[in-house]
Amino acid sequence: MPPSIQALTHRYLRHNKRFPHVWCPGCGNGIVMGALLRAITRLELEKDNIVLASGIGCSGRMPTYLDFNTLHTTHGRALTFATGVKLANPALNVVAIMGDGDATAIGGNHLIHAARRNLNLTAIIINNSIYGMTGGQYSPTTPFGATTTTSMYGHIEHAFSIAELAVTAGASFVARSTVYHAALADQLIEQAMMKPGFAVVEIISNCHVQYGRRNKIGNAVQMLTAFKEQAVTVKKAATMEPEELQDKITIGVLTDRNLPVSTDEYKRIREQARAGQEKR
Amino acid sequence: MTEKQRERRLLQGNEAIVQGALAAQCRFFAGYPITPASEIAEQLSMRLPAVNGTFIQMEDEIASIGAVIGASLAGVKAMTATSGPGFALMQENLGFACAAEVPCVIVNVMRGGPSTGLPTSPAQGDVQMARWGTHGDHPVIVLAVSSVLDSFTITVTAFNLSERYRVPVVVLSDEVVAHTRESVELPLKKEVEVVDRIAPGMPPDWYKPYQEDARGVPPMAAFGDGYRHHVTGLVHDQDGFPTQNPQEVEKFHQRLAMKITKGLPDIQLTKKMYMDDAELFVVAYGSVARSALRAVEEAQKVGIKVGLLQLITLFPFPRRTLTPYLQQCHSVLVPELNLGQMSREVQRVNQGQCTVVKQNRVDGKLITPQEIYNQLVKLSDG
Ligand SMILES: Cc1ncc(C[n+]2csc(CCOP(=O)(O)OP(=O)(O)O)c2C)c(N)n1
Ligand code: SF4
Ligand SMILES: [Mg+2]
Repeated sequence: MPPSIQALTHRYLRHNKRFPHVWCPGCGNGIVMGALLRAITRLELEKDNIVLASGIGCSGRMPTYLDFNTLHTTHGRALTFATGVKLANPALNVVAIMGDGDATAIGGNHLIHAARRNLNLTAIIINNSIYGMTGGQYSPTTPFGATTTTSMYGHIEHAFSIAELAVTAGASFVARSTVYHAALADQLIEQAMMKPGFAVVEIISNCHVQYGRRNKIGNAVQMLTAFKEQAVTVKKAATMEPEELQDKITIGVLTDRNLPVSTDEYKRIREQARAGQEKR
Repeated sequence: MTEKQRERRLLQGNEAIVQGALAAQCRFFAGYPITPASEIAEQLSMRLPAVNGTFIQMEDEIASIGAVIGASLAGVKAMTATSGPGFALMQENLGFACAAEVPCVIVNVMRGGPSTGLPTSPAQGDVQMARWGTHGDHPVIVLAVSSVLDSFTITVTAFNLSERYRVPVVVLSDEVVAHTRESVELPLKKEVEVVDRIAPGMPPDWYKPYQEDARGVPPMAAFGDGYRHHVTGLVHDQDGFPTQNPQEVEKFHQRLAMKITKGLPDIQLTKKMYMDDAELFVVAYGSVARSALRAVEEAQKVGIKVGLLQLITLFPFPRRTLTPYLQQCHSVLVPELNLGQMSREVQRVNQGQCTVVKQNRVDGKLITPQEIYNQLVKLSDG
């Protein structure tokens, strides 16, 4: 049995913070927040040892509400701050929470380098295919043809597949879920946080206010229903042709591999440097 | 056992910055290669791991300062080093450090600009960028080094001020200081004063991360210390949470400014030479201060009553130190490797009391002692 919403609320929400939060009713960000908290509960991690770093966007507001060590950085830069925190105190569990624009437009360089570098960090990317906070402009994951406030004639660029990008860039663990598949999201975040090395969980989410409405997909419930229908498991996807997969969302674990983790490798460098100095 | 003695060493300015950082207990460096600052990163990549510190080369300068701020929030003294183009990229996150009051040190070894400019030539074109480069009103401390020994001591000072006031401190060096080798005697470890940020003394439940005290500098908990709190670049209340309440917004800005104003006597550093009976003086900083000192000494020999006021702290601009001399002297000469970035500060505080004379070079070459001397002779003739 997953912990009740009330139990999570009492345990993890900041009671000294003046609520309400900034999210629209029905926003997928809340489901992702719930998934993160359920994963943390299951892992029995101490609140004092968790650092939650975010960038700027609707998604970026999540740390404000949660009773961890929380860091709301600049747009696109959550992973850079998280890198400093983790290297300075490797005992901390460091999670970066980002939006699609945050992680793959302005912060795209940091994402691929964090994946390549393979520090022991967890990245959760809430992909709602839009710049939610700034009023619905197109993002690097907006589909071709979509209507946004900066593509009223139809979008003419092509979307990134974030999870596949992270695999290619070298992350140790990469998975995808949607906010409809909340139980899967809980489990994938849990796995990501356990994984030594850089772990990415992309969660396809609904911004019905800025995206769904304008693209005739509808309200929150209708968007979630669409995610349900579009989802195929990694296993099933492997048996399908690329054309069949066009409008599908592949969910599950895309990669889980064991690579040297740079946070551990650095320990060796310290020993080597100390030995070198003693010799001198 | 005999007492450890100071030893003489032949060092570059950049090497002295490394020594100063280590002496100040800096244990984290993140950077991106750029001439003429790269030696700082290269040496720290060797030295930091040996003292349980961390070096990382990031993907760009934006990432470098991000990592530095993250490390500082986790309780480790941290710095980065760059030159003009990289310093320009750091501005947004420099503002974050101002707003969230995260101590850190940013070294900018200045080279010719704008843009890629003159990568291997000295310049002082980044002075106003260091003060105003990030957006919004914000407090910042900017120090300038003029010699190899300075590079050591002022780097230590930079860390100490940054820890004491919870502000980013910018250290401006230039290509000449960075690459000149000088024989220096560095102080021993026990002779170096090291300041650490003040940790909260109250129980975690009582901790308000941005609560005002008499000094205006709140105690700082590190992530992982049990004082869970929120850090943001949004304007925040004393609990650290975003606010748009006009009274709280006003209070946020006023305290950031006030903590620096209260510390001015401690922060505004200058060196005075021959100033007591000067009728004419030079205001200079960085490598130009070396040429100026030589010129002043030569002018003294021929009976010109000229002094040198060397600025170590460029910002907050040491107005109180300057004012009496602007009344005492008929002229002040401000030589700089730019088109007049500090002379405008001197003009601003002068208010017509004294003649302010600019002397500028932007051809990638140094201002020589002879050039300054010639100006001094001219000015002393009236
Ligand atoms: C340097 C910078 N450029 C632009 C902005 C404005 N901005 C704020 S949030 C945002 C986009 C957010 O989109 P996304 O990352 O997808 O997050 P979402 O709001 O959809 O969760 C932008 C462009 C900013 N804060 N900083
Ligand atoms: S604008 Fe979109 S992403 Fe932002 S809170 Fe509203 S629904 Fe969520
Ligand atoms: Mg988005």
